[in-house]
Amino acid sequence: MEGFLFWFLAFGLLSSAVAVIVNRSPVASALGLVTMILALAGLFGLLGAYFLAAVQVWVYAGAVMVLFLFIIMLLDLKAEEVTPLRPLGVGAGLLTIVLLGIGFWRAIPASAWETSGAGAGEASDAASIGHLLFSAYVLPFEGVGLLLLIAMIGVIVLSKSDV
Amino acid sequence: MGTVTLGHYLVLSGLLFAIGLAGVIIRRDLLIMYMCLEIMLNAANLSLVAFSRFSQQIRGQVLVFFVITVAAVEVAVGLALLVSLYRMKRTTKAEEITALKF
Repeated sequence: MEGFLFWFLAFGLLSSAVAVIVNRSPVASALGLVTMILALAGLFGLLGAYFLAAVQVWVYAGAVMVLFLFIIMLLDLKAEEVTPLRPLGVGAGLLTIVLLGIGFWRAIPASAWETSGAGAGEASDAASIGHLLFSAYVLPFEGVGLLLLIAMIGVIVLSKSDV
Repeated sequence: MGTVTLGHYLVLSGLLFAIGLAGVIIRRDLLIMYMCLEIMLNAANLSLVAFSRFSQQIRGQVLVFFVITVAAVEVAVGLALLVSLYRMKRTTKAEEITALKF
């Protein structure tokens, strides 16, 4: 069952990510991104990270996607026009893909293919994550809160029309 | 189907990262490039959660929590920049924004 779910979600994840970059209409790209985020939340759940799956849906599928769709509506973006391919660009792109693939492949240790599944380790429910956040990681947690405040002020300053 | 190992998740994460990178290179619209940046961040999150699961350590998930928060901040500020850029230039195409070009 776990294997079937993994392949199903992995297929959904990759195909919707491809849909984001091949669709010319911005709204279709945004919908592809939503599907990708939901598939990734499913994978998080499959990995036992239920709290992160919930956060992924709240923050990404909720807040971030609303922001993207709002901006698409506000700027009234049109579909991108087709531009001819340049041979130099295609060659450089293929070279990048090959080098990146080799790099990623070498980065995966051989032992990764033997560590299967999941014994019972530390419980990964929201309570233990929250406990870590407020004990060992309380300083970064406060820092992130400060960052959110700075971002809020920054967005207000940027959106004022007379700057 | 076979058992799913850490390697499966790492390859999946690498493929997702590559798709996001391809999107940033191929697309010309700044908003779509932002979406592809989000894809790359999510790919990194997937590998972190997988490592956290298979090494039985919950600390990886705390890091992912921080990454998601910072990504939300990045989207908010980035889209505000995009709106003020659009107000000035009337475009979101990357090749038409050349104020910092030699």
